[in-house]
Amino acid sequence: MESTTTFSSEGTVNRSLEWFGDLVQFSWKVICAAFARPFEFREIFRQLDEIGSKSFPLVALAGAAVGTVLALESRASLVRFGAKSVLPAAIVFAIVHEMGPIVTGLVVAGRVGAGIGAELGSMRVTEQIDALEASAVNPYKLLVFTRVLACIVALPLLTLVTDFCGVLAGWITVTLSDAISFRHFLDKGLAGVDFSDFLAPTFRTCAFGLIIGMVSCFQGMRTKGGTEGVGRSATSSVVLSSLFVILADVILVKLILILFP
Amino acid sequence: MKNSIAEAGLHRSETSRAPGEPVLVLRDVEKSFGAQHVLDGINLTVARGETLAVLGRSGTGKSVLLKILIGLEHMDSGSICIQGEEIAGIALNEMNRLRIKMGFLFQNAALYDSLTVEQNVAFPLERHSKMSAFERSARVKELLSSVGLEKDFKKLPSEISGGMQKRVGLARALALQPEILLLDEPTAGLDPISSGEIDDLILKLQKEHALTSVVVTHDLQSAKTIADNVALLDKGKVVMEGSFQELAESQNDLVREFFKRDS
Repeated sequence: MESTTTFSSEGTVNRSLEWFGDLVQFSWKVICAAFARPFEFREIFRQLDEIGSKSFPLVALAGAAVGTVLALESRASLVRFGAKSVLPAAIVFAIVHEMGPIVTGLVVAGRVGAGIGAELGSMRVTEQIDALEASAVNPYKLLVFTRVLACIVALPLLTLVTDFCGVLAGWITVTLSDAISFRHFLDKGLAGVDFSDFLAPTFRTCAFGLIIGMVSCFQGMRTKGGTEGVGRSATSSVVLSSLFVILADVILVKLILILFP
Repeated sequence: MKNSIAEAGLHRSETSRAPGEPVLVLRDVEKSFGAQHVLDGINLTVARGETLAVLGRSGTGKSVLLKILIGLEHMDSGSICIQGEEIAGIALNEMNRLRIKMGFLFQNAALYDSLTVEQNVAFPLERHSKMSAFERSARVKELLSSVGLEKDFKKLPSEISGGMQKRVGLARALALQPEILLLDEPTAGLDPISSGEIDDLILKLQKEHALTSVVVTHDLQSAKTIADNVALLDKGKVVMEGSFQELAESQNDLVREFFKRDS
């Protein structure tokens, strides 16, 4: 029984190491493809629309929901400790620093990760990716680099949307119980926040974009086993992207705290 | 890339070679997937303008052979010369230069499902030619007309039949006026009438464009119609190579069995 468990865990470790090795090789091919002509501007803009614009309603809604819940929960706690006046600052700080970036990362990992995994997976099993290669077109450039770049560019922009909707919904929630103008709410909320507080958390989502794009494309491109394989790729793209976004968040928050104390 | 096709791809007469000259030369080609030896020392030569049909049971490595020729799979050992250029260990950009001179029809056509029929055929031209949009459109119409699909150019691949998809795949494979055409089971999954139409179409296009072709097929009737030479593969080896008639009259047990089953 014990030896079976050992073999099983060894197998899992080996498979994980193999997966990471393949991901590194895959990433290297994408980096090499990125610097080769043609630069696929049309496809990059198409992907920006697909990944960025079409995620807009979802991240706006998620941001609003987070802002509302944050306002409701924080208000109850702060009232209890007689610190109701810091409620706007607490909401703005929490959203800009942590909730906005991580919620955007996870929402995009779900929507875009599944989409990329399924689309590339489907192209792989129907030999469309082989057809591209046979036509002397580099799929790492046309399919992967364009999606990864679009994710890297779209994530910070979508984070701004999440932040704005979160703060707006937080203000609406607060003002329903204690009327306060949006301007006054923002003045109080932004009182203790300077530009660097806002910059580093927003731009750390570029790393989330890199992770979501690269992992989802990787899972999609290595799809095997027909429609079932496509389903597996879509699921694993979401699961792995979300997992790595959370891990990256932990590491990046620590790094940001060290670099921008 | 665009320059290379502008210089070479759409002006075939400049690079054309003498008839009968070997265009594809395979020597001791071996390929394994794990412990499974798929190709075990394949030797074949295809001369310019010749059509070679590769026959064999399922799983004998016929499609793998085609994928090695177009560079989608890599051989483990051996040598393949395409128009005198060795492809073993060739750089990707060099392989891409050769790929532009080759057209590939996939078994299931492998059309880009988000693009219309017209966009599918235009795709190689957009990527590798310097044609204006007007010239491209005219060329696509000419290609679709040559495969009998001039009326369906706005349809998506999912909206046309399997036979029509093969025709679109063929039009796409011919878009850059290739010198070599690789066809993977062009009549597989089609009814006898559609198969006959595809065979006639391939024959017509081969004559019009003086193509060198390698056709992987199970269909003996198709091989008889379109091929100058036939090679029968079994267990990764070429069992026999010759004209269709020579194979049909062969006393080799395996060849007889293969031909008998089909008849």
